[in-house]
Amino acid sequence: MSNPSFAYCAPNSVDETVELLGALSSNGTRFQLLAGGTDVLVQLRGIDDTPRTLVDIKGIAETKRLDIGADRVYIGSAIPGAVLNDNVELKAIFPGLVEAIDLIGSTQIQGRASMGGNLCNASPAGDSIPAIIANGGVCHIASPTGERELAAEDFVTGVGSNALAPAEFLMGVSFPTPVASSGDAYLRFIPRTEMDIAVAGAGVRLTLDGDTCTAAKVAIGAVAITALVVPEAAAALVGSKVDDAAIAAAGDACSALAKPITDKRGTAEYRRKVVGVLCRRAIAKALERARA
Amino acid sequence: MSKVHVATQINGEVHEFLCEPEETLLQTLRDTLGMTGTKEGCATGDCGACSVMLDGALVCSCLVLGVETSGKEIETIEGVASEDGLHVLQQKFLEHAALQCGVCTPGFIVAAKALLEKNPDPSETEIRYWLAGNLCRCTGYDKIIRAVQDAAATLR
Repeated sequence: MSNPSFAYCAPNSVDETVELLGALSSNGTRFQLLAGGTDVLVQLRGIDDTPRTLVDIKGIAETKRLDIGADRVYIGSAIPGAVLNDNVELKAIFPGLVEAIDLIGSTQIQGRASMGGNLCNASPAGDSIPAIIANGGVCHIASPTGERELAAEDFVTGVGSNALAPAEFLMGVSFPTPVASSGDAYLRFIPRTEMDIAVAGAGVRLTLDGDTCTAAKVAIGAVAITALVVPEAAAALVGSKVDDAAIAAAGDACSALAKPITDKRGTAEYRRKVVGVLCRRAIAKALERARA
Repeated sequence: MSKVHVATQINGEVHEFLCEPEETLLQTLRDTLGMTGTKEGCATGDCGACSVMLDGALVCSCLVLGVETSGKEIETIEGVASEDGLHVLQQKFLEHAALQCGVCTPGFIVAAKALLEKNPDPSETEIRYWLAGNLCRCTGYDKIIRAVQDAAATLR
């Protein structure tokens, strides 16, 4: 039995939500998860206006919760970017991640758009995604059989598609709490000054011991169908003093792995070059923060 | 699903209305409640003409569903002026000729008011970036920025 008209529900708990999603998917009702709505409502009008049941997950404690712990930081999937950006403590620990989220859209978009929604929407150019990956993000997914975890780099599976099964939803993403002498950064290139979709993006986290890099993770965005981890870039940094040669090698590794398309925002050749440049600059910024 | 009954507070007054689940707050404000101060420019969240405050956050009302506003507090352009007269921002927009056709103006006023309440002394760069989500076809933005700067100084 399919639902020929729109419906809206706002469950209050994880269990209620999972049960609802299970019921909707087993009776063949089209449904869609709703957090900030800044992608869902646009796509609803512009791409596919087929009636569906909208399941608003903003009222669930796990999607609103922000926990900054000694070992892990948990960011609920529906928290608006503006709220994260106003959190001084979070910004101090994850300046790159918060900046990445803050780059999404305008002030008005930031009032609603969420990190979780940006991740689930799975745009190849989603700004939060390289930063989530570089920071070791782990997705906390609610499912009918309980909760499961999935590394962020495995969450996005293609253009606009993610690893959620029909009756699942993303509760939040957690990260290892950064240690001292560690820093992150995310940079993107856009054609104008604000609000554009990324042409290329790079997210970096690196950790120092003295002046030697002991850990690093680099992810690039908008240059392939999904954001990509660049293991060779991290390998170029780990064990090095993050000197110009290491940074250049990391940048080259990003350019080599990128599989960009040519579209109205730029040519594949340009994007391949720029992602390498952004990687180098993001490393420099993360390094500065790690040394601070 | 039939229409949903929603009760929400708009500019300090409780409003009750029926809306379709897929109806946006913008549609509800303009078509159901007759509050046409909030404008539709794009309906895709790009132009900011539909800007309102929702529980203290600046948002595009075209990207919020009417049903999502149950129990919330909304401020629209209709609530900016008081019984005493125009808000300083509105007065400065007039003095600086920061509007021509006026369609973007309600969105700019709501957005600028939100900025000045959060940051009473913004730099020009901060003003421009905060207002990046408000598009104007007529003025070229400069007079808008001057009006906001003048309002900020006056309010300080």
